[in-house]
Formats: sequence, C-alpha cells, structure tokens
Amino acid sequence: MPPPLPEGDPLDELVLFEDLETRRQFLKKVAGTSLAVTLGPHLIALASAPTPGGSEAPSAATKMMSVQLKINGRDYHLQIDPRTSLLDLLRENLHLTGSKKGCDHGQCGACTVLINGRRVNSCLTLAVMHEGEEITTIEGLAQGEQLHPVQEAFLEHDGFQCGYCTPGQICSAVACLKEGHAKDDAQIREWMSGNLCRCGAYPNIVDAIKQARDKMGGGA
Amino acid sequence: MRPFEYSRAADWQSAINRVATDPQAKFVGGGTNLIDLMKMGVETPDSLVDINRLPLAQVEELPDKGGIRIGALVRNSDLAEHPLITARYPVLSQALLSGASPQLRNLATTGGNLLQRTRCFYFYDPAFPMCNKRKPGSGCGALEGYNRIHAILGQSDQCIATHPSDMCVALATLDAVVHVQGPGGERAIPIGDFHRLPGTTPNVDTNLQPNELITSVDLPNIPFATRSHYLKVRDRATYAFALVSVAAILELEDGMIKSARVALGGVAHKPWRATKAEQMLTGKTAEVSAFAAAASAELASAKSYRYNTFKIELAKRAIVQALTTVAAMT
Repeated sequence: MPPPLPEGDPLDELVLFEDLETRRQFLKKVAGTSLAVTLGPHLIALASAPTPGGSEAPSAATKMMSVQLKINGRDYHLQIDPRTSLLDLLRENLHLTGSKKGCDHGQCGACTVLINGRRVNSCLTLAVMHEGEEITTIEGLAQGEQLHPVQEAFLEHDGFQCGYCTPGQICSAVACLKEGHAKDDAQIREWMSGNLCRCGAYPNIVDAIKQARDKMGGGA
Repeated sequence: MRPFEYSRAADWQSAINRVATDPQAKFVGGGTNLIDLMKMGVETPDSLVDINRLPLAQVEELPDKGGIRIGALVRNSDLAEHPLITARYPVLSQALLSGASPQLRNLATTGGNLLQRTRCFYFYDPAFPMCNKRKPGSGCGALEGYNRIHAILGQSDQCIATHPSDMCVALATLDAVVHVQGPGGERAIPIGDFHRLPGTTPNVDTNLQPNELITSVDLPNIPFATRSHYLKVRDRATYAFALVSVAAILELEDGMIKSARVALGGVAHKPWRATKAEQMLTGKTAEVSAFAAAASAELASAKSYRYNTFKIELAKRAIVQALTTVAAMT
C-alpha cells in the first residue's frame, strides 16, 4: 500500500483506483494520458482499453475470436482481437507481465518465451496462431517456491542490473541449454545474441549460464 | 495495425483458394517479417491465412535425383542443424546460422525467408514519403539519402534496396529450385529467376504470383558442395544484416578450379550470382591472384552512392577471403 496522499491534493481522487487497479495499470494509464491527470479519473478510465499492435484503436471492422491457449500449464479460453501479439496477450489480457516489451520488433529479446520448449519472440507472433501449443513464460519456470536452476544462477551471479531484459534472458538461456548451445563462452555469447542487455551484464549472464549448465548436467 | 480476418488453413488447396479470391489476403508462416511490417503499416492485408499447420515441415531426400527437398515450413533453426544440410551443404547451414537470432530462426520458415522484404530504412518506415517499392511513383528516398546499406550491383534509378536474406545467397550457389502451388497447379522456379532486379517495378520483389504458395525448395545433388563457405561482413559480430556476404563453393582437382560457384548478399536487390567471377575462376589455379582478378571483374560494373562506396572494395576482399577459405578446406 502506498502512503495516503495529502488531503486536498488534486491527485487524491486517483486513490479510488487502489481497490480496482494494480499499480502497474494505474501508472501506465497516467503515463499514457498526462492530460487526463488534470481532468480526473473518468477520462483515465476511458483511455484504458488495450489496443493491440500499436496506437490505432480497434475499429468497427475488428472481429473478436475465440482462442484456447495453454500457458504455464493452465488452460485459458479467451476472446481476443486477432491482431493481439502473444506478448500483448500475456501482458495486457492475462497480466503475466514478466515477459517484457522492449522494442516490440524482434530486435531485443526481452519478450522471449518458450513455445513447445522452443524460444521465440512473443512480440512477433500472433496469439491466435498458438492454439494447442504449450506456452511457458518466466512465471512458469519455477516449481512452486523452487526456482529454476537458471533463475538461481542469475541471482547468484548478478546476471542483471536493471532487470528489464532478465525474464527474456532467462527464458532464452533455458532453451539455449536445452539446445546444447552452451559449450563454451563463445558459443553462449553467439547463441544468446538475440537477447540484448543495455546495462551490459553479459559477463555475469555467461557465468550464470555456465553454472546452470554444470548444475543441470549439460542439458535441461 | 490494420484489422484483418484470421483463418487457419487445413490444407494447401483451401489456403490457395482463400488467397486467390481475395487480393488483399496474405499467407502467414513464421510471421517474423510480415507481422513486423504490419505493425509498421507497410503491409496492410485484410486477411491472414495461417499455413503453419500444413504438412510442409519435412526435410527429405529425393531418391531419384539424389538431392534434397526442404518443405516450405521447415524453420530456419531446424534446417541449419539438419544432418543432411550440415553434411552436404555446409554453406547453407552457415548462412542460416549467420542470420537473425535463435529466437527468430525458431519462427522463421524457409518459404518466408525467400519472401523477406528489404530492410531499406525508406521502405520500412511509412513516415518517409519517398519509396517506389512501398508507393510506386513516389521516388527513392535512399538515392540522395543515407544509403550506406544500399545496393552497388543491378540497381536502378528507381530503387537501390538490397535483399536482406542470407539463406537465399547460399541457395543461389546451390541452384535451388522453388516449388509453388497456384490455382492452376504446380510450377518450379529456379532460384535465379525467383527474385527480381528493381528495374521500373521495384514494388514487385519476386516472380511469385500473389495467389501462389511456396511448398518446397529442392536442392540438386552437388557432391563438391561439401567444400563451401559463407562469409558475412557486418557492423557487429552477430545479429546484424550483412553489409556484404559471400557464399562460395569450389570444385577442385589437383589444385585447379574445375568449377566455382559464388554469390553475393547485401549488394543487390536479389542474391547476386557472380557469374563473371565464376567464369574467370574456371580452369585457374586456386590461388589468391586468381581470386582477386575474378573479384575485380565481378565488381567492375558496380556503382556506388554517397555513403556506400566502401562496399565495392569490401565485396572484392570478401570474395577473395571466402574463396581462400574454401580452397584451404581439406
């Protein structure tokens, strides 16, 4: 719970959101609608509908589709706009916000998830294309409280600074190990090249992957 | 992104029918280029026909001809590490692994890679008003613009874009044949005739008709293709498009070149088969002086622009380097 805002502050109406909205949604709306802050919560609520694949609002031509997806072992029956990328579905529809939106163009790897055990950029594929497939996100790697060995290794080796690329790095590393592409430093660097880290944590990421590799016996 | 209807094709006939009856419909495979272009507003299909469930994801031997058939939906990652490809066509495996990232290669298909569109900045961003490829007749923003990544061979005054694929450069040296299905039946397109030079119609990238579906890419049996190499020169060590790339195959006999196959990427609107260089190499001793002469002959007709003059020398040196590597292979 954030501290209560001082009485009379023009923002205090926004506290109304606390029961209904997560902090993340709230911040996103405010960031996207700076005008609305001065106009009050009504307009903010109007601005909240997620629009898939960019800034264009859904038009009358948008036809919603039924889709069944299996994500982290759980079945979801959803009505979605076919334009919804897998990434937007995870983040906006299901609030699985571990997968990050970096570039949204397949250039940074922050959105990396596993589909049937293979790593892909979830920003460049449509959610409707993945019916019947096993989708695993960063939220699905741990077994209860037991972290995945790659998650543990990233913690032990400080494989991050700001952490924004980390979910993508970890998903990518899990697949990289499963593929057998972590033989040495050079191979790890080449096969992890689809995941950019602007903080430059690469040496620690390589160390983390090597530790996980050795702990897991060279495979997944 | 513009709204579209989505449908999943159960068989190739219905996929083709769907696209044949709607000129604004497109097939989607991996989608790594198409969906990106749809986000940018460059591609605006009103219907997407998902072909991912069609049974076109096999790599198989062609027993009668001794070659290999690659299904159009074989993913770039699977093709690159397929034992038949690494054993018989290392140049193709190397080209595939030099492209994109592991994540992208897991989605990207063989058929889709053939249809990749240029990464020319002026094409990819509709905020630029001029692009004859995106908007015929609007002019070419790259001619007088930032043209460092642009073509030096085969371009026209309408378009100086380059083809971005690595895979296709390797396929050019392998005399691959693209098999397609259309409403009128099947046809085969040699790789050299598949992509087009820009001429006066840079908006048309390939000779594939809009209602045709790529079903496979066939590779002939080329025993000496085991002696092959793909060299890619780029701004960073990995995960970048080629400034210049070279696919090279040498058939050697007692140190003499019996035949040579060389293709260039990053320099033209299509994978550039270096036929002049190949002719000059044939019958010569496999040594640097012969490689350099062949490279100079191939680049003799090259034309550069304000920011890409370096590519001419770079292409020559890359040809020499690639051929030197191949000649040294045992």
